[in-house]
Order: sequence, then structure tokens, then C-alpha cells
Amino acid sequence: MSQTPTPSQVDWHALAQTLFPQGQQISEKDNFLSGTAQVDGATVAVVGTTGHTPIGIEIALAQASAILDTVREHPGRAIVILVDTQGQRLRHRDEMLGINSYMAHLGKCVELARRQGHRVVGLVYDQALSGGFITSGLIADACYALPEATIRVMGLPAMARITKVPEERLTELARSNPVFAPGPENYLRMGGVAEIWHGDLAQALREALSVDRSADTRAAVGQQRGGRQWAQRVIEAVANDAPLN
Amino acid sequence: MSASYLEATARERILAVLDAGSFSELLPPARRVVSPHLGQLDAPVSFDDGVVIGEGQLGGRAVMAAAQEGGFMGGAVGEVHGAKLVGLLKRAIRKQAAGVVLLLETGGVRLHEANAGLIAVSEVMRAVLEARAAGIPVIVLVGGANGCFGGMGIVARCANTIIMSEEGRLAMSGPEVIETANGVEEFDSRDRALVWRTTGGKHRYLIGDCKQLVGDDTEAFRQAAIAALGDAVAVPLTLEALQAEQEMLRQRIVSFGEAEDPMDIWAELGVPAPQAVPMLEAQAFTAMAEGLRIPFKA
Repeated sequence: MSQTPTPSQVDWHALAQTLFPQGQQISEKDNFLSGTAQVDGATVAVVGTTGHTPIGIEIALAQASAILDTVREHPGRAIVILVDTQGQRLRHRDEMLGINSYMAHLGKCVELARRQGHRVVGLVYDQALSGGFITSGLIADACYALPEATIRVMGLPAMARITKVPEERLTELARSNPVFAPGPENYLRMGGVAEIWHGDLAQALREALSVDRSADTRAAVGQQRGGRQWAQRVIEAVANDAPLN
Repeated sequence: MSASYLEATARERILAVLDAGSFSELLPPARRVVSPHLGQLDAPVSFDDGVVIGEGQLGGRAVMAAAQEGGFMGGAVGEVHGAKLVGLLKRAIRKQAAGVVLLLETGGVRLHEANAGLIAVSEVMRAVLEARAAGIPVIVLVGGANGCFGGMGIVARCANTIIMSEEGRLAMSGPEVIETANGVEEFDSRDRALVWRTTGGKHRYLIGDCKQLVGDDTEAFRQAAIAALGDAVAVPLTLEALQAEQEMLRQRIVSFGEAEDPMDIWAELGVPAPQAVPMLEAQAFTAMAEGLRIPFKA
């Protein structure tokens, strides 16, 4: 949850051109991205953020508005969420006005779109952190990431302060344990990221949009990939009285 | 029987809120399903991983219920803790429960389980919305000492109803986190009155982020939960409801975006004596707020 700005690695214009070679009409306003693009001859809606921007109440509401417009005006149109954020904005004003309600509203709008048959694909193209990630990439049908993307809850120094575990110990654990280390590979192993896209991004996006991933299978995938050994077993035991062993 | 909700443990709360003698726990402490991650950090584990889940009756209707234990790592969500909540919500769908009651007390993601905790909170959020889509109402109660923060503050606002006590707090980033990031001038976490005004139940009630405010009393929470279960509300999300919520949240920024202190907002709403709000008992407060507060939308 560090709010220290780090230089942007990825220019969203260049990414958009690579991702949507058939054309795109995406515009940026105060780090909020919205517009449309063409994929396989069909129009998709694009919503996102750039510049590692913190997600405050205004930008959460703007994203929700774009998604509601898509549901209302273009039933069934696929939605691509481009993720680059340092997390939720850490201001008294945001908390006073109920930032959790704005974030939840955004999440509910994505859920409504999914329920009404819109495919929703998330792509972490630069940075994803904690609160800003829960209502963007993690609420999509499936979340994808570029290999250079950074994904984490918070930096290891801050985590060391709060958990009172020495930073050296966390650094050591981060080498072998996906739970503590940032990076898309660890989220891949735990099921939080469906795939890491290498090579032809436009082709990867076409494939992602062609499959129905609307059911949440992340716990099962995390078990298959060995990153989360317990989540799926506990879910099955509680939901379906499956034996837990 | 009247007792403080704030001072009760998770297990005491769930027993007091549900019909007497009706609760049956799933994966109880005797099963010892503990966190697989805490041991590596030499941190203590809890045999229920900090959350009590099970089936019971509420006002004679079959429900699923969960209560987070603030006394264990502040009620924070790890891999097992989150999976217990997800499993319970899925069980509610399978068994067509009359509702799910979530007694939330949590700081959000358990940092000791960092990435696994973050994904777990996301899974709980989607499971809450899945239950709603299946027509099962989700009722959230917030009245514990640790409040309801982080990603779980988002999850709470995905439920159909939120019932809070004035002692309950609902927000996202804790005051300490904000102070650490942006300085004491931004948010003085030691100013308890300011913290309470900003995140407490009365403020949330006035601005429309909680449905009902009750006193710090397990029986008051129980009665409010029974009433919420009986409310004939539209459980699944609809475009119309979310457009109304969009407008409510947009209007909130227009009306209160320049406010510096929650008391400015209360004054704007027409509360006659904003500085006296903290002193009012729950009943007197809700009577005063009648007609002034922004109605809750979920």
C-alpha cells in the first residue's frame, strides 16, 4: 500500500496499439481510461487506469459509470479492464465519503455485466495493489498479466513492520513461497491470475475473449497449480460436506 | 437477554443472534483446520482460523451464519478463513437457505498470508454476489471493536443489508495506514473522536451506507437481523438498482465533496446540533435522523 510513485513502465498508448491492432478509440482523462476497441471484427468496451494512479472515489465512480453505460447501451459487449494502480487512495476525504461503497459499487457493476452475459477480461499491464486490484482485475471473469507486471498486497518492508516478522525472513520466504512474493508468477500459481501473456498480445486477448470463464474457479486452479493447497478443500468441505483430508 | 455485542466473542455473538439452541458449527475448532502459512512465520494459529461458521435458525428460518473473531489477528482474512466464508455462501445456495448472516469484525487481508489473503477476500466478494444472484439475501452486522476494514469493507457493501451499532466502524483504509502514508495532518489516528466521526455507525447511517443503526446490544442486533430477513427486498443486482446507486454516490460527491469534517456533512443534511450527535443514544439518534438521512441503497 505504498503511495510512493514509481516511474511508469508501460505507455498505455503503445500497449493499446499492440493489444488492439484492428483499431481502438481509447481516451485518457485524469488517469482514467475509457473507450472502445475492435477485436476480431467486434467492438469491445475498454475501461481502466494508468500512471499507477491511486483509486479514489471519483475514478471508481467513473469506471462504474462506463460499465453501466455498456450494459445499458450495448448488451453483451465484452469489457476489457486495463489495470495499473498503486491501490486505493489513502485520504481522509475518501474514507469520510465511504470509499468502500464506491469500490463495492464498481464491483457490483462488473458483476451485473457478467450476469447479463458480458465477458469481462482483466489485464494487469503494469502495477496492481490491494484494494485497487480487488475491484478491477480480481473482479473480472479472469485476470491476466504481462510478465513485467507487479502484483502485491504491500511491499515487504511495510509487511515486515506490520507483521513484526524481520524483512530478511520475509525476503527469504518470498524466494520459495508464492504467498509472500510479489509478481504475476506467484498469483498464477495461486489461481489469482489465469495466464501470463507472452508474445502476441492481440492473439492472447482474442483467445481470452473466446472462452467462458464467468465461474470463479480460482481456488480449484490454485490447488492444481500448487500455490494454494487448502482453499479449495475447505470450500468443498463446507459447501458440499466433502471429506477433508 | 441483553448483553454488549462489542464485548462478546465471535462464538458468543453468533449464539446470541441466532435462535437459542439452533446453531450447529461447521469445521469447529475440534477439527483443527488451521492456517498453513502462519507457522512459517512462527505466528500462533487458531483452531478455527478466526472465524466461526455454521447453520442455524433466525426467527424460525434456516440460515447460514459466520462470525469473525477480532481477538485473533484482528479478524483478518487468510486462506482458510476466507475459504470457510466462501464455502458457507456456496452451501447457502446448495441448501437454499433463507439467508446468510455475516457478523464481520476484520481488518481485511491478513498480511501474514499476503497474496493468499488478497485472493481470498476477492473470492468472498464474488461468493457474496453469487449468493445474491441465487436469490439468497446476505445480511451484514458490524459492531465489533476492530470494525470492518480493508477489502472486507468492500465486501460488506456488496451485501443486501448492513446493520451497525454506533460503536461499529466501517471503512476501507485504517486511520493508521493513512497517517503513515500521508502524515498526521491528513488523518490523526490518535484523535479518537475524529476517527469515530469518520468511520462510525452514526456517520454511515446518516450518509446512507448502512440500513439500520442499533444500540450495542446482541438482542438489538438479533431483532434487526430478523427484520432484515423478512424485508421483501430485491435480492439480485439489477441495472435499475445500480443506476440508482450510481446517482446516489455521484450526488454524495456533489453535496459533500468539499466537506472537511463529517460534522460539516451532518450540518448540510440539516442535523440541528452536529456536535451533539456523539452523545445521542441509538434510539434518540435514529429519531432525530428521520427525514434527514440519505436512504440506504444496496
